[in-house]
Amino acid sequence: MPALVEVVSLAIGLIFDGDRNLYEIVALSLRVSCSAVLIGAALGLPLGALLAIRRFPGRGGVITVINALMGLPPVVVGLFVYLLFSNVGPLGWLRLLYSPAAMIVAQTLLVAPILCALSRQTLADLNREYDEPLRALGVSGWRRVATLLYEGRHALITVGLAAFGRAIAEVGAVIIVGGNINHVTRVMTTAIALETSRGDLALALALGLVLLLIALAVNAGAGLLGRSLRVSGDD
Amino acid sequence: MTEPRTAPGGMALTVRGLCFETGGVRILDGIDLDLGPAGCTAIIGFNGAGKSVLLRLLHGLLTPTRGSIHWDGAPAAQARRKLALVLQRPVLLRRSVAANIRYAMAVRGVPRAACDARLDKLLAEARIAHLATRPARVLSGGEQRRVAIAQALATAPTTLLLDEPTTGLDPAAVIEIEGLIDRIRSEGTRVLLVTQDPGQARRLAHDIVFLHHGRIAEHTAAAAFFTQPHSEPARAFIVGNLVP
Repeated sequence: MPALVEVVSLAIGLIFDGDRNLYEIVALSLRVSCSAVLIGAALGLPLGALLAIRRFPGRGGVITVINALMGLPPVVVGLFVYLLFSNVGPLGWLRLLYSPAAMIVAQTLLVAPILCALSRQTLADLNREYDEPLRALGVSGWRRVATLLYEGRHALITVGLAAFGRAIAEVGAVIIVGGNINHVTRVMTTAIALETSRGDLALALALGLVLLLIALAVNAGAGLLGRSLRVSGDD
Repeated sequence: MTEPRTAPGGMALTVRGLCFETGGVRILDGIDLDLGPAGCTAIIGFNGAGKSVLLRLLHGLLTPTRGSIHWDGAPAAQARRKLALVLQRPVLLRRSVAANIRYAMAVRGVPRAACDARLDKLLAEARIAHLATRPARVLSGGEQRRVAIAQALATAPTTLLLDEPTTGLDPAAVIEIEGLIDRIRSEGTRVLLVTQDPGQARRLAHDIVFLHHGRIAEHTAAAAFFTQPHSEPARAFIVGNLVP
């Protein structure tokens, strides 16, 4: 028990002393995961909107595949991206393996299906609700998509948070394509795994606490954003 | 009286042989109808008579199975920009009242600079200026209907189609909505109104289209309809009898 207390106090000390190594790892984690969520949203939201609004042959099959991809094992994605960017892979010439860019690609592949599938469901519900009113106003095409995305903003923020949670917490994909290289590709989850195995529990616990704080901060921020939107005229 | 929103004057309507079927059920059957470009027409009838379907067909939201609809000689699809439809249960956007009305103006390409003056006019006309910054979807039913009408007027229609605009509202809200409809009509906008309330049709309409089982049973001046209805269903409707 005293050892545990000591580890916790050491971890808190690292956080409040502004340990450079710790904050470098935190910053890279945020950069990689935020980039992945933004790129995933840029790909997933329009595709989700398209699947929610348009009817075309094979749509059901596409939805089934995307829903299935939500459960992609991170290590499988990591392996796929590794093969893609390895020297013998089709994109090996880009020399991205063991770089933050490769980690962003891997996490984007993990979160894009989540963003697409969950936004499709949200937007399909909204599309049913607003179908007649929007058609009565003569709204169609991209204006309709933009309107539905805006009307679903509260739910879509939650979808974004779910995707961010998936990205920031995963370890399998980033450790395969990033390699957990100190000062280059080491992120919170890979660092926790490494430091735990090495016995440096204080740093591992400090990173774990930061991870929890980030989760809390993101959710609190989303709550405040939602409240401010309601105050400014939303329901 | 507020100043007119747009140049007054509605469109004349010509409907020939209009039929609408869905799921193997014929909802409307052989509708022929001629309406002039001004005034207020009430489309009335019992539940399931096909009133709301007829209104959606006239607006172009639905496509007829057979027959034709022309507004001032143009097919309904081409006339849609001059038509506005207010649904029975308005679904407003998750925005403020003002933002809902601005949205309709943006859809019609009203320049941003012209929006503010026009917004103020519409808010005043619908008597919802005090609600401008309120979230539209938390308003009362009557207030939401007035917002929906103001939103429809923001598209500068010459003809306004209203589907049961006061159903489920208390008398005070009904008076507000009927006053607004009357002002809209008096400013030159053609009004087509679907209602199940004979009293409302009597108060607002110049002529009555009585639908029964998907057909026009009567189309006559309002005064004549309420004093000398020709058909038994129309008589039953006026006095409030139940008809199977």
